[in-house]
Amino acid sequence: MTRDEAIIKKHTEDVYKYGFTTDIDQERAEVGLNEDTIRYISAKKNEPKWLLDWRLKAFDVWKKMESPDWAHLNISAIDYQSISYYASSKKKQYNSIDEVDPEILKTYEKLGIPLEEQKMLAGVAVDYVMDSDSVFTTFKEKLSEAGVIFCSISEAVQEHPELVKKYLGTVVPQRDNYFAALNSAVFSDGSFVYIPKGVRCPMELSTYFRINERNTGQFERTLIIADAGSHVSYLEGCTAPMRDENQLHAAVVELVALEDAEIKYSTVQNWYPGDENGKGGIYNFVTKRGLCGGARSKISWTQVETGSAITWKYPSVVLRGDDSVGEFYSVALTNNRQQADTGTKMIHMGKNTKSTIVSKGISAGRSENCYRGLVRISPTAENARNFTQCDSLLIGGECGAHTFPYIENKNNSAIIEHEASTSKVSDDQLFACQQRGIDSEKAVGMIVNGFCKEVFRELPMEFAVEAGKLLEVSLEGAVG
Amino acid sequence: MSLLQVTNLHATVGAQDEQKAILKGLNLTVNPGEVHAIMGPNGSGKSTLANVLSGRPGYTVTEGSMHLADADLAELEPHERAQIGLFLAFQYPVEIPGVSNMEFLKASVDSLARARGEDQTNTATFIKHIRQLATSVDLDPQFLKRGVNEGFSGGEKKRNEIMQLLLLEPKLAILDETDSGLDIDALQVVAEGVNRYKSENNGVVLITHYQRLLDYIVPDFVHVLADGKIIQSGDKSLALELEDKGYAWLT
Repeated sequence: MTRDEAIIKKHTEDVYKYGFTTDIDQERAEVGLNEDTIRYISAKKNEPKWLLDWRLKAFDVWKKMESPDWAHLNISAIDYQSISYYASSKKKQYNSIDEVDPEILKTYEKLGIPLEEQKMLAGVAVDYVMDSDSVFTTFKEKLSEAGVIFCSISEAVQEHPELVKKYLGTVVPQRDNYFAALNSAVFSDGSFVYIPKGVRCPMELSTYFRINERNTGQFERTLIIADAGSHVSYLEGCTAPMRDENQLHAAVVELVALEDAEIKYSTVQNWYPGDENGKGGIYNFVTKRGLCGGARSKISWTQVETGSAITWKYPSVVLRGDDSVGEFYSVALTNNRQQADTGTKMIHMGKNTKSTIVSKGISAGRSENCYRGLVRISPTAENARNFTQCDSLLIGGECGAHTFPYIENKNNSAIIEHEASTSKVSDDQLFACQQRGIDSEKAVGMIVNGFCKEVFRELPMEFAVEAGKLLEVSLEGAVG
Repeated sequence: MSLLQVTNLHATVGAQDEQKAILKGLNLTVNPGEVHAIMGPNGSGKSTLANVLSGRPGYTVTEGSMHLADADLAELEPHERAQIGLFLAFQYPVEIPGVSNMEFLKASVDSLARARGEDQTNTATFIKHIRQLATSVDLDPQFLKRGVNEGFSGGEKKRNEIMQLLLLEPKLAILDETDSGLDIDALQVVAEGVNRYKSENNGVVLITHYQRLLDYIVPDFVHVLADGKIIQSGDKSLALELEDKGYAWLT
C-alpha cells in the first residue's frame, strides 16, 4: 500500500463522533409539500396574514423553478414530497434550563457544546435551535437593556412585526434561487437580531443549530439588522447526528448593515458528512447574503465548513453604500465522498467599495472541493477594489480541487487582484516532521492548520480554537 | 554497547515490482564519542543509507539488521526512531509553508519529551533557548517566525538543520551531505555547530563527497562506500588519499 492509499484508507475509517439521535416527543407536519403544508406551518406559528401570503407567493415561485445544476456537484434527485416540513418539540417555552428536556441537554453535552453556566460565564447569549423551534434563549435581558433584540424569528414576527416586514426578503428575495424560494415558503425558525443605532452589541451572539428529527428538512431563516453606526458579531455552529438517509437543509441568512454599521458573521459547520461510501449525510443548500446598504458599512463572513455530504453555499455581500467593505474568509474541508461547491459573490455598486476574499480548500479521500466566486464591479462603482486569494490543498491522490473565479468589471477605475495556488501535503513534508519526532497525524494537522491560519485569525477566539480542533478531528487517522 | 550497529544491511528502493537493490551487505559500527565519515562516488548508496536508517518511506530492508543502542530500528516508525535519538540532517531540507519554524520546533521538542516521559519545556524558556541557538549558527531569530525553510537560501536551510541538531541533542546524528552547496563561511558555521554538539556520549555519521568538511570536523574513521558496501575503512588520511587519487583505484 502506498502512502497515499494509506492516508485515504485511514480517512475512510473515521467515524463521525457526533452520530447519535435524541429521543424526544416531537410534533410534525404530514410528509409532503403543498399549500396546506404552508398553511399548517403558518397556523402553527400563529403568523399574520401578510406572512402567510408571502410564503404562498414564494411557493408559487418555487413551483415554477428548477433545481440549479451549474454547480460542480453530483446530486441525486431530491423528492420534496417525501420530506416533512415542520417538526417541533411538544414542550414549547422554558423559563429556566431545568425545564428543558434532559434528553436535549444530554445531546448538547455529547456535542461538547459548552452549555448554560459555562456559556453564561463566558458572556455568550445562546439561542439553541433543536430542529425547528428555539428551545432556550439566554441573556435576553442584558441584551434588551442595550436595546438589542435577539430572539427566534417566530418570536420576532409576533413581537416586532414591523421590523420583520420591513426587511424580510429584501436581501434575498423569494425568487432569488430555487432553494431560497423553498425556504421562503416553508421556513421554520431561525434567529432574529436587531442592533439599534449607535449600539455596540455587548456580547457575541451565538446559535447552535441541530437537525434532529428523522426525515425533517430544516429550513432556517435568519435576519440580522445592524442599524446606523452599530456593531455586532454573530457566531453560528452546527452539528447533526448520524443518519442513513440524506437530510435536506436549505437555509437563508440575510444581513443588513446600514450607515457605518458592521456585521461579523462566523460559522463553523460540522454536520454529518455521510459515511466513507457517500451514504447519508446532510445536503446543505444555503443562501447567505449581506447588504452593505449604508455608506462606510462593513460585512464580514467567516466560515469553516467541514461537514455535510453536499455543500452549496456562497455567502455574499452587496456593496451598495459608498466606501463600504465586504469580506469573505473561508475554510472548506472535504473528505471521503463529500462534495463542496462554495465561495462568494462581491457585488460592487457604491464608490470606493472594497472587498477581500480569502478561500482555503482542503480535499482528502475521494472528495471534490470547489471554489466558485464572482466579483462584479458595476458602472457606478468608481475606484472599487477587490483582492482574491484562493488556495487549495490536496491530501492523497484521489480527491479533486477546482477553482471557478468569475470577474465582471464594468468600471475602468477598478483594481482587481486574483491569486491562486494548489499544493499537496507531500510525503517529504510528512517525513521531515516524523524525522523530528512528530507523528504523521499531528504533522498533517499542523500543516493543514498552518494552511488555514489566515482564515482562523478572523474567527472570534473561542471559535478559532474550536475550528483548529475540528480540522484535526476531521483528519484523525488521516495518515498511517 | 555500540551506539549504532549495522550488520549485513541489504536494502532496495522503489515500488514492489521494480525494486532496485542499493545496499548490498553494509556493515558499520559507531561507538559513543566517534565521528564516522562516509564517502564514495555518486550512486554508491550514501544517501540511501541515511534514508534507510531514518525510515524514509519507499525503501525496503531485505536482509541484515540495524540497531540504535538496543533498539531494532526496523521495528520502529520514523517518528519513533527520532524519539529514541536518531537525527537526520537533510540533504534537501523541505519547506513547510504556513507552519512557523518556532511552532514546528516546539512540536518536535514536545513530541520527544512526551515519548520519553519528560516534562514539556515551558514556552518562554523554549523561545529564549531557540533564539540563542539561532544566533549561534548565524541565523537571524526572525527566521523562527517564518514558515519552515520557506524562502530560505540553501545555506540558511543547512544552518537551520544544524540549529535543530543542537536543539534536539540526539544520540546519533546523520548528516547527509550537509556541506554540499555551502560557501566556506557557512561551512565553518556548520562545522562549528557539529563540533559543539559532539560529546563522548553521542555519535556522528557524516555523509560527504568532499574532504573539505573533514578539515573542520575531524573524523575518527573514514569509510568508502561503493556499490552498496563499505569497501575500505581508515582514518582521516584515507580522505586525503581519496581527494588525491579519486575512487577509481578502490573500485
